[in-house]
Amino acid sequence: MDFLNDIPWMLIAASIAKTLFLIFGVVLPIVSYTVYAERRVSALIQDRLGPNRTGFPISLFGFEKDLQLFLGGLGQPIADAVKFLLKEEFTPAHVNKFYFWLAPVLAMVPALSTLAVLPFGNYLFGQKMVVADVNVGILYVFAIASIGVYGIVLAGWSSNSKYPFLGSIRASSQMISYELSLGLSAVPVLLIIGNLNLSQAIQYQIENGWLLLPFTDGNLTLRELLLWIPVLISFIIFTISMFAETNRLPFDLPESETELVAGYHTEYSAMKFALFFLGEYAAMIAGSSVIVVLFLGGWHIPFLPINTLESSTTPAGIALGFLHITAFFAKVVGILLFFIWVRWTLPRFRFDQLMKLGWLYLFEIALVNIFITAAILALVK
Amino acid sequence: MSPILFWAFSALMLAFGVSVILNRDPVASALSLVASFLCLAALFVGLDAFFIGVIQVLVYAGAVMVLFLFIIMLLDLKAEKRRSFNKFALLGGAAVTALFVAGLLKVISAFPAGAKPFPALGVASVDDVRQVGLAIFTRFNLPFQTVGVLVLVASIGVIVLSRRQLK
Repeated sequence: MDFLNDIPWMLIAASIAKTLFLIFGVVLPIVSYTVYAERRVSALIQDRLGPNRTGFPISLFGFEKDLQLFLGGLGQPIADAVKFLLKEEFTPAHVNKFYFWLAPVLAMVPALSTLAVLPFGNYLFGQKMVVADVNVGILYVFAIASIGVYGIVLAGWSSNSKYPFLGSIRASSQMISYELSLGLSAVPVLLIIGNLNLSQAIQYQIENGWLLLPFTDGNLTLRELLLWIPVLISFIIFTISMFAETNRLPFDLPESETELVAGYHTEYSAMKFALFFLGEYAAMIAGSSVIVVLFLGGWHIPFLPINTLESSTTPAGIALGFLHITAFFAKVVGILLFFIWVRWTLPRFRFDQLMKLGWLYLFEIALVNIFITAAILALVK
Repeated sequence: MSPILFWAFSALMLAFGVSVILNRDPVASALSLVASFLCLAALFVGLDAFFIGVIQVLVYAGAVMVLFLFIIMLLDLKAEKRRSFNKFALLGGAAVTALFVAGLLKVISAFPAGAKPFPALGVASVDDVRQVGLAIFTRFNLPFQTVGVLVLVASIGVIVLSRRQLK
């Protein structure tokens, strides 16, 4: 059994620890509190209160109301999770059982797998804060995201009823269409950075300023100023396409409740429904993280020099490591709040408008943008 | 690549490959093909060919097969499920397979490099994306552009054909 010695046990243990920390320590809590934020922010925008009551059962001496802290409904996500787990798991008789059960899994897993290549921090305990530092990072994100459509397609098809099927047809055509502008709008960024590795993308932005805010390295050259125009165009196209990829309003045609009941997850209940829900929010987090890494400098804090101390296990290094992880997720949360703000501001598109926007405008602009970027890169040194 | 992973993914890939042809349900066949592609991508990744592995997922599993599945679901092929095995087709298929395997064995046995293990690669990790890009845009530039024109012709042809049917 000599091949057992070849297995890099330490690497596997470190990867598993990082994955568990990322998914259960950071992403899933952010997912559940994004749902809460969605309800509170929508209430704010619509001049309502939203869920503001559910607290935690905390007590000082064991009496019922001896310690009353105002928590503003922060316990709501926990109550929601309990509700989803305890509700009746109903499988309608007319569905295709195997695929009906498979679909929620396929909706959730790709969204979480995308996170593997995202550098969410610099170093912590001497470990690089990325699960898999592969040299095709951004392509991996696109590849796994394109797998995500299977969950929705299968959900709609296996439900064997009208509305889910219409929803899944809309979802798949929408996701395939917007994948093109999503991929093409990332090309100018990759041309500038000259690397597909996401850690290298952040390294480039530390040295030359964030792509969207090129002054964050302290100086602004003519080249950076010229490149800022195509970068801004790709940022806008990338963000719009991300809205369509994650089926968020104004592009939530696959589950538009006024036409399709609830779209592809009409027939789902309890935790199976919650998996679609969580998958959608996890995909939002993954998409926001990609935006942060490509355009907003990843975990980099502007004007804070990178300290070599951070790769050590000293208390100061660990504190710096946590600071960078916090910076990354603070940016992600900022983008998520933008997603929520847009959702409660813009009305829904019509399906032909959505297709026209994707194929006639975004696709062409993204294509021309690549040539502009290449010309600037070649002409201005 | 660890031999355990290699054998696991190879076995899975072959199992899903077999299930593509044995399944009577077209949707199940298409999904088995997707799973088989994913295992193939895992094998590529195990050989440090990340770029090919990711492109395998992106192009075949993520784009081509989604469209296939889409068409299958829209057509709702019930007739395919009811169709039974044709004895002559089975016999013919077995004969072709036997011929193919025999040919393969003959070629492999005549190929001397297959007898001894390959020497280890000099460089531990190759920047495969850069290498593929350089190869496409220098040595294979003409074939690459020709393929591009062919794809353009095909897509224009599809548009022309579907327009005519609409009238």
